[in-house]
Amino acid sequence: MRVYMTAARLSFRRYMSYRSSFIAGAITNTVFGFIRAAILLAVWKQKPEIAGYDASDAVTYTFLTQALLAPLAILGGTTELSLRIRTGDVAVDLYRPCDLQGWFLAGDMGRAGSSLALRSLPPLVAGALVYRLSLPAAPVRWLEFAASTLVALLISFAIRYLISVSVFWTLDERGAASMLGVVGTFCSGMILPLGMLPGWLGSLCYELPWASMLQVPINVLLGAQPGGFAAAFGVQVLWAAALLGLGRVCTAAARHKVVVQGG
Amino acid sequence: MAEAQAAAPAPNPADDRPLSALRAYLLLAGAWARSARQYRASLALNTMAQMLTSCLDLVALLVIYTQIQTLAGFTKPETLYLYGTTRLSFALSDLIASSTDLLGDAVRLGTFDVILIRPVSTLAQVMANQFTPKRFAKTVPAAATLGWAVVALHIHWTVLKAAVCVGTVVCGTVIYIALWVLANLISFFSPDARETANSVTYGSELVTEYPFGVFGKPATLMLTFALPLAFVTWQPSLYVVGRTDPLGLPGFLRFAAPVVAAVLALLTAAAWRGAVRRYRSTGS
Repeated sequence: MRVYMTAARLSFRRYMSYRSSFIAGAITNTVFGFIRAAILLAVWKQKPEIAGYDASDAVTYTFLTQALLAPLAILGGTTELSLRIRTGDVAVDLYRPCDLQGWFLAGDMGRAGSSLALRSLPPLVAGALVYRLSLPAAPVRWLEFAASTLVALLISFAIRYLISVSVFWTLDERGAASMLGVVGTFCSGMILPLGMLPGWLGSLCYELPWASMLQVPINVLLGAQPGGFAAAFGVQVLWAAALLGLGRVCTAAARHKVVVQGG
Repeated sequence: MAEAQAAAPAPNPADDRPLSALRAYLLLAGAWARSARQYRASLALNTMAQMLTSCLDLVALLVIYTQIQTLAGFTKPETLYLYGTTRLSFALSDLIASSTDLLGDAVRLGTFDVILIRPVSTLAQVMANQFTPKRFAKTVPAAATLGWAVVALHIHWTVLKAAVCVGTVVCGTVIYIALWVLANLISFFSPDARETANSVTYGSELVTEYPFGVFGKPATLMLTFALPLAFVTWQPSLYVVGRTDPLGLPGFLRFAAPVVAAVLALLTAAAWRGAVRRYRSTGS
């Protein structure tokens, strides 16, 4: 376990050194937060409550999605494993006396941590300066949100890891990654709160793993999760376990079958 | 990569007339396109992903109109018209100029030096860099949406209206190309700041997809007179869909887009030359 903690810490430090890129990212998230907030406010002006959100909830949702966009890698992508498989460097990773998936999970948690530390607060603070955000005062709600976000990070990693492992067979994951990125962006609730979607489309999105990645943590914080925290958290944990488990199976298969690239 | 460089235009020593910027751009972009075609499956998936991505905001817009009848006073076909013209202009600008957001890498790695020593327009080289045919994908749903909006609006066409409609897309494309270049000039000063440039380009795209009433009066005035996004589609479209300006701004602004686009293009060219002149290499 120590080795994974160290790997996560070192990865965190490595990512923390890209300061100017984080600042640029935080500015971008803030700008998009304001544009999307203005659009949603115009919608809520016509209809004061949609899917349990009032106007203030909708604005808060907008800035939360922008705060969590980078840590949760909502727009898709892969893990660092992809490039290492393509270059053949994965041979080194396979030699390490630790678990391949665990190693990259630790690295990705370091990445997510640095992103949470530097990129998440600015859009929220900027939003709070202009609008009245409906953030809860109860510490319990924040703890539930933290737990929910942590599992969301695991789900996000698990999905991207699966794409990465596919490189063992396909050698180029970029097309598949961008397709899944599109689906994930929409189905996570990044574009619009899933509650706004009409009937079947909304229910479908709630059944998919991406809802557990973004919409559920935000609903938990806003106290708007239908069925309450415990049930939603249970579903999140199930998705994380299933997707990480699938990743393990694929890793094992790759170890048996695959010839490492490079020479 | 190797292939692209091999196909890069070599100046003919017998004829020291340099390659025109347009020809250089087309040659380089063609070379990159051939390089991208080597990975057929990936290119196909990427193209589909681009097409789907560009439909996400459309779906969002349609979902919004399942909840409400009008948005800031605009009906669904009217907003779709704004969306379609925006998307088509932006897709064309993306096709032509989005490679400018790779400028940061060229500055950081010092490869911009190579660009400088070639006897070809620097801007043409930067804009053609890593061109990929997948960018055509965005124009298809955009054009389809615009077609849908035009049919649904039952516009009473006149020659002037048709000219304004076509002009909207042409001027919008020019304004967006200028924004791509201007925003990415930041890479000369801070090579990691690419995402800030994205907030200008993609952010502008998102803004002009919606009726400006959404953003309120102060923001609309700013978007008209400071950062002139109102001329991408908002102002000319008020004329085409037959609406009065909610802020009561003077009527000649509906037809001002070509002037704005021309001024912005000239400013951009000057800014680019200034920035290139000030460029200091990262060294070896």
